[in-house]
Amino acid sequence: MKHGKWPLIVTFLVPPVLLYVFFVVSPYLQAFQISTTDWLGYSADANPVGLANFKTLWHDDYVWNALKNNAILLGLVPVLTIVLGLFFATMLAMGGRKGSAGVTGVRGGALYRTVYFFPQVLSVVIIALLWKEVYHPNKGLLTTALHGLGLPAPTWLGDPATAFWCVLAVMVWSNVGFYVVLFGAAMSAVPKEIYEAVLLDGASRFTTLRRVTLPLLWDTVQVAWVYLAIFALDGFILVQLMTNGGPNFSTDVIGVRMYDTAFGSETKFGYASAIGVVMFFLTLSVAVLSLRVGRRERIEYS
Amino acid sequence: MTTLDQPTATAPTPVTSGDRPVRRELGVANALSHGFLLIWGLLTVLPLLWMFISSFKTNGEILADPWGLPGALHLDNWARAWTGAHIGRYFLNSLVVVTGSVSLTMLMGATAAYVFARYEFRGRQIVYYLFVGGLMFPVFLALVPLFFVVRNAGLFNTWLGLTLVYAAYSLPFTVFFLTAFFRTLPTSVAEAALVDGCGHFRLFFRVMLPMARPGLISVAIFNFLSHWNQFLLPQVLLQGDESKWMLAQGLFALSVSQGYAGDYARLFAGLSIAVLPVLAIYVAFQRQVQSGLTAGQLK
Repeated sequence: MKHGKWPLIVTFLVPPVLLYVFFVVSPYLQAFQISTTDWLGYSADANPVGLANFKTLWHDDYVWNALKNNAILLGLVPVLTIVLGLFFATMLAMGGRKGSAGVTGVRGGALYRTVYFFPQVLSVVIIALLWKEVYHPNKGLLTTALHGLGLPAPTWLGDPATAFWCVLAVMVWSNVGFYVVLFGAAMSAVPKEIYEAVLLDGASRFTTLRRVTLPLLWDTVQVAWVYLAIFALDGFILVQLMTNGGPNFSTDVIGVRMYDTAFGSETKFGYASAIGVVMFFLTLSVAVLSLRVGRRERIEYS
Repeated sequence: MTTLDQPTATAPTPVTSGDRPVRRELGVANALSHGFLLIWGLLTVLPLLWMFISSFKTNGEILADPWGLPGALHLDNWARAWTGAHIGRYFLNSLVVVTGSVSLTMLMGATAAYVFARYEFRGRQIVYYLFVGGLMFPVFLALVPLFFVVRNAGLFNTWLGLTLVYAAYSLPFTVFFLTAFFRTLPTSVAEAALVDGCGHFRLFFRVMLPMARPGLISVAIFNFLSHWNQFLLPQVLLQGDESKWMLAQGLFALSVSQGYAGDYARLFAGLSIAVLPVLAIYVAFQRQVQSGLTAGQLK
């Protein structure tokens, strides 16, 4: 294999590396440099200001408010999504038919999986715009359903008290199906005999899930956790399109802060990059932490 | 997850001696699980179904009875969205850009991944991790500098710029996935071909690429969906000329204008136009889509 491999390596590797370095690596690196300037974008020149942007950021109440919202998302979205995902995946994997084998898939399982996965293939834009209509205070599905039952309905996205939870619900809604399929795939790799043995021993479903399934799927759950954590720290497009951070900044997230700072009425590119750099380190530490904290011994079976 | 072996294909062993508590529990759980599964299924389908049905209603019907069925099929909503709101043009724009960007991603991703998987050289690990490291960070962290990188290269407001950026940001996942895939292919075929005097390039295009087809299809579908659904990048990199917009931008504009014009039916028709082809592709290639989207996490 040694002979004449270099022409191929060079031809195959140089174009992707150039493309990647030019459009991906260099912007990430430049973000660090720009974050230490007072650049106002476009024509104005950029003066180095050291860490002044980060100092401003530390005292910026809007940034803290957005970070608080991201923190709540980080605390809730992964847990809710994973719990619901595991729950439905378990139901699908061992709903079991009456009187037949101990552990079988539920009838129509394939159809459920197909449908649950729908949100995953839809654009976030479509999800956001669609749910904005579902939450519409007059003609939306939710309001009219509640009114039909004779119940009062909140104004959903229009009320600072409810808007954030409405957005959070959409985040969970759009992710659960993916993790049902992901966990389902992981579960199908677990030998059925294990479940059958556990069931015969008289373990309840909940115990089975907690004591058997979860430890066996731990690697997958952990990866899911990291992905969802990164998602929760982002959440930008959904919020921007559904509420644009409002009403009264109740749904603001750090991504919207950054976007408004850079491309809003003022183009504070230096300050926006500083927010980006903080996000970069936050994302990195959250990812590393979740991998560290969640580390357990791998379970191997054959 | 590489340690997990495939389940041994044994026939399900029926529990003949009816173990009472287990059985009863199964019965209850059976009904319960169907209930829960059905509820979530409805939660998923209802908004989509509502959107689709509303796209055939008049604005009056939508306001008066959001849960009702249309009195007649008002296809003019779809026409207003397709031509009036230019959704048709944006649809074709997206198709052109995404076709180009997916092809470019696949070419660059497959060649790079092949080198990582099959050739030894100094610095291979470093370059590989440079690519894969990109998986960790959301695009928007690089947004501000990216805007200027693209503008300084004279690619601002061009489809070429957007195509290149899509491809560049898809490389981490594509390289990661395809490297793993190329590693699973048997080496014996490649060695035999080389012994027979087949060149390295010929080997790749004639032998390895065809062998990697299942993996290539999965990643291609994954990339197609993520490029097709992209909103942030066009929003920043295609700000000006409306006639060049992508579908997502057109839908957003439609939603904004709906707020003033009150033309709900047109918005629902526009959304339906955007959703239907994607759902059709998904249902047709379901297995590949699901494996493409989930495999990245399982490997």
